[in-house]
Amino acid sequence: MFLINCPYCGERDQSEFVSGGEAHIARPKQPTELNDDQWAEYLFMRKNIKGIQFERWNHAHGCRKWFNVARDTSNDKIEKIYKMGEQPPKL
Amino acid sequence: MSKNLRINNKQFIDETRKLSFIFNGKKLYGYKGDTLASALLSNDIHLVGRSFKYHRPRGIMTSGSEEPNAILQIGNDDALTEPNVRATEIELYDGLICNSQNCWPSVKFDIGGINNFLSPLLPAGFYYKTFMWPASFWEKYEYFIRKSAGLGKSPTKQDPDMYDHRYMHCDILIIGGGVSGLIAAKIASDDNKKVLLLEDKELLGGSLIYDDNDISKIDNQKSSEWLKKLIENIKNDKNIIIKTRTSLAAYHNYNFLLARQNLTDHLSVNDRNNKIRQRLYKIRAKKVIISTGAIERPQVFHNNDRPGIMLASAVKKYIDYYGVRCGLENVIFTNNDSAYETALSLHKSGTKLNAIVDIRNNSSSEIVNKVKSLGIQIYWNHTIVNTKGYKRINKVTIMKLNDKGNDVVGKKIELNCDCLAISGGWTPMVHLFTQSGGKLKFDNKDNIFVPDKTNLNQLSIGSAKGDFELDDVLKNSIKDTKKFLQIENSNFDKIDVKCSKEKEKKNIWLLPSDKPLSKTKPFLDYQNDSTAKDIKLALREGFKSIEHVKRYTTTGMGTDQGKLANMHALGIVADTTNTNMGDLGTTTFRPPYTPLTFGTIVGRNVGQFFDIFRKTPMHDWHVDNNAKFENVGQWKRAWYYPKDGESMHDAVQRESKAARESSGILDASTLGKIDIQGTDANEFLNRVYTNAWSKLQIGKCRYGLMLNEDGMVYDDGVTTKLGENHYLMTTTTGGAANVMSKLEDYLQTEWPELDVFLTSVTDHYATASVCGPNAKKIINKIFKDLDLSDESFPHMSFKEVKLGNINCRVMRISFTGELSYEINVEASYGKYIWEKCIEAGKEFNITPYGTETMHLLRAEKGFIIVGQDTDGTMTPVDLQMDWIISKKKYDFIGKRSLYRSDTIREDRKQLVGLLTDDPNEILEEGAQIVKDENKKPVNMLGHVTSSYFSPTLKKSIALAVLKEGKKLKGQKLLVPMIDKTIKVTVSDTVFLDKENERING
Ligand SMILES: [Zn+2]
Repeated sequence: MFLINCPYCGERDQSEFVSGGEAHIARPKQPTELNDDQWAEYLFMRKNIKGIQFERWNHAHGCRKWFNVARDTSNDKIEKIYKMGEQPPKL
Repeated sequence: MSKNLRINNKQFIDETRKLSFIFNGKKLYGYKGDTLASALLSNDIHLVGRSFKYHRPRGIMTSGSEEPNAILQIGNDDALTEPNVRATEIELYDGLICNSQNCWPSVKFDIGGINNFLSPLLPAGFYYKTFMWPASFWEKYEYFIRKSAGLGKSPTKQDPDMYDHRYMHCDILIIGGGVSGLIAAKIASDDNKKVLLLEDKELLGGSLIYDDNDISKIDNQKSSEWLKKLIENIKNDKNIIIKTRTSLAAYHNYNFLLARQNLTDHLSVNDRNNKIRQRLYKIRAKKVIISTGAIERPQVFHNNDRPGIMLASAVKKYIDYYGVRCGLENVIFTNNDSAYETALSLHKSGTKLNAIVDIRNNSSSEIVNKVKSLGIQIYWNHTIVNTKGYKRINKVTIMKLNDKGNDVVGKKIELNCDCLAISGGWTPMVHLFTQSGGKLKFDNKDNIFVPDKTNLNQLSIGSAKGDFELDDVLKNSIKDTKKFLQIENSNFDKIDVKCSKEKEKKNIWLLPSDKPLSKTKPFLDYQNDSTAKDIKLALREGFKSIEHVKRYTTTGMGTDQGKLANMHALGIVADTTNTNMGDLGTTTFRPPYTPLTFGTIVGRNVGQFFDIFRKTPMHDWHVDNNAKFENVGQWKRAWYYPKDGESMHDAVQRESKAARESSGILDASTLGKIDIQGTDANEFLNRVYTNAWSKLQIGKCRYGLMLNEDGMVYDDGVTTKLGENHYLMTTTTGGAANVMSKLEDYLQTEWPELDVFLTSVTDHYATASVCGPNAKKIINKIFKDLDLSDESFPHMSFKEVKLGNINCRVMRISFTGELSYEINVEASYGKYIWEKCIEAGKEFNITPYGTETMHLLRAEKGFIIVGQDTDGTMTPVDLQMDWIISKKKYDFIGKRSLYRSDTIREDRKQLVGLLTDDPNEILEEGAQIVKDENKKPVNMLGHVTSSYFSPTLKKSIALAVLKEGKKLKGQKLLVPMIDKTIKVTVSDTVFLDKENERING
């Protein structure tokens, strides 16, 4: 059970949050111009790495805000939390 | 209490409080302070159960949570009985009833004991090899295995006990109230930290508190006396919260821990009334100190499992703490110095010690010299090669070890004994450390795994870290705790410790015997009956990984998680394969550390508190009017309203007929409602729904279909334009929360430029939906000034009106195909407006109908229910709802997916209607549809999603998803059932009023 430092509310128990999967996968601006493979890349393909992974989290039972988390999947250590729209940190 | 086994001990046992208990039907006595195990031992009872596979007689072996044999069924009440309770852990109370579990018909005569003689036929993997084939027989095998093995009986009635959960927060959590944990607690408290100290026993102090030898001294006092003063000091310390009888169950990441406290298990049954039985603490600790101590290992030799064979440390504790002799003729068998403390305790209590057998060549430490000076016979460099005595040990046979320690030489010597105290050294309790993700390293000197790396803010101290001698334990605990807490000085810095120091070490994982290994039974895991032979067999059969060996032989897989067995299993694997133990790695210890009751896990969330449920403002009216309810998500929705003992079918037929012929009323309050505001609200709707919203006028309503980005139907509902930049969206009842989250996600992460605000208002409004040919008349009676003409108030439009002071939003929308009005009011007026409608509708026989009738009415019209007729694999095209997909819009959620290669396949499953050839035959929802049921394998074409008998059409109707369904209209197909095959014809999805005339009344 993690402790997650919501950038808007502060440190809270993991049970208040939901994970939204891999971060920094922007929805294509012009989906109609993509071929099937390109669209499938956006729609289905997600990384599953051992090490630092960038993820979206939502403070669902709190402020309801989405934000980004850099988490080490090998030990669940949260290295960095940053707001939506910000660039991923170099780790 | 026979045979003079009880020694006067007024310190921990209250001999003024005699307690009676019943073991296997026999009434026995013990004292307050006893565990069930110590009470049994004081009655000269060692034999308490039978082993799992060979049904060998087994006795009490330990004095703690590592006990593999003495697991009993407590109580005989159908609701309160509890299996798998360790006699060594449960405190004796007056009236305790317990029974042996793993024996039938009785512990003394056990039919499964025949397995012992058949054991050459029962090697490792026996159950896997024999019973796994053919697979269809498994159920039968399982029955017999369970009957003859049986690890206790579950209670058959609901647990009447109360359980509780509580959150705790602390600076320092200390797990284990032995001497090192107590010192750490004091150091932390002196530094003004908030300390939570957990101890699984009833008293603090660990094993040092009953230490009675004169060799170890702290600050020139007897070590137990010094410790008692420290405990008094800690008990009065306001910074330290102490929870006794509290065992740590799980150590999760981020220092989140679960601990279970026993509050009433030690009380007599009558004293437990209205008290909480167990409490689960959910603990967040800034720092954690693990001081869980160590457990003694047995030694592995031929027939090392007889009743009367016990760990040396347990024999010592039964004497020094409980005042119970485990036998009158004792022999000690050891490879280390700690068993000599047991020798001193036996001697001091006047208990006969026949001999000590030590596999080492000699030892000259202080404590060994003291034992030597008492004239006790010590057989150096000897090992036990066999033991005798079926239900209780009566003899051991010893022989001299050769130089390598891998064989025995010389003559056999027989020693009499009724208790054999064995010690194979000590294993740090690193279970919690590894549970928390910590990595271990192997210490070749002591043959132990000790804590190494951790990511957490935690520290292991004392024997849990691998310090076994008193001066190391104390001095390192002080030093490490100070460093961990970043403290310069403590009150313990000048501590003076004196103790015996062990000088000789020797360890043989599998001791040799004069017989070949194949003729011996050296047990490793007592509970699962696995022997050293099984490990070797597994290795011969090609298992290499310790995890595989463990599963194949079931070593360490019992309720004790192999606390005693694991190190020997590893050692034998290492020796056999010539591997360093450190390279083998250990098996993973998983929570819970000791078994938890389900009650503790569930806490107060039982019965009506198992899950939260939501009621509409009209709920009480439904209850008063005999509604049956169905669960829709968390909502309790009125399902149907049976009258005079009607069946569900009859009630639904009556309700739907009334709605079609005069008027019906439905509580639609549970529909999800999202208030949407902002200058970009219209653009937002265009992006989330498949159809176009740009031209919707204020005061008008529109049906919308929402997709996932993969093109599959996600939700649907009607949205009303309340004002220029203000909309009210409705969602399905079950989908409300998910839709809200999804929309919020898009707004925050994909389209932050949009000026849109979403507010969930599901609970804020109540909705009464009045439908039927007389609906207009009823609404007119309620809102006398409201112009209900089709010109002023057409289908799919909305009016805001007042009823007295109540603001009402009236929508003319229909899910039944009938003329229908939905009245939305603030939730607190919900029941009022509902009753108003009922009153106004009386003369029109207004009939309340539930969700079942609603489903029937909409099915007659071919309206889908998302989640019933769709399952996350249906596109709007599959649903034959192409009309709702805007061709003009550049983009909306899921648009691109509608022409992926997979979604444009023509042979996808598509929504169709089905009519049964026999109009009275009602299909079962979920039934499969086929064309040819004779050609095997039968080709499944689809399945029925909705099915009803329509009283208006006087026939059965159904919706179904069917491969290439669009092309199959008019086709005859089959629905095979278990006892018959139903003939059906594919039809249109709209069964009633294809021209939509009813919508105007
Ligand atoms: Zn927040």
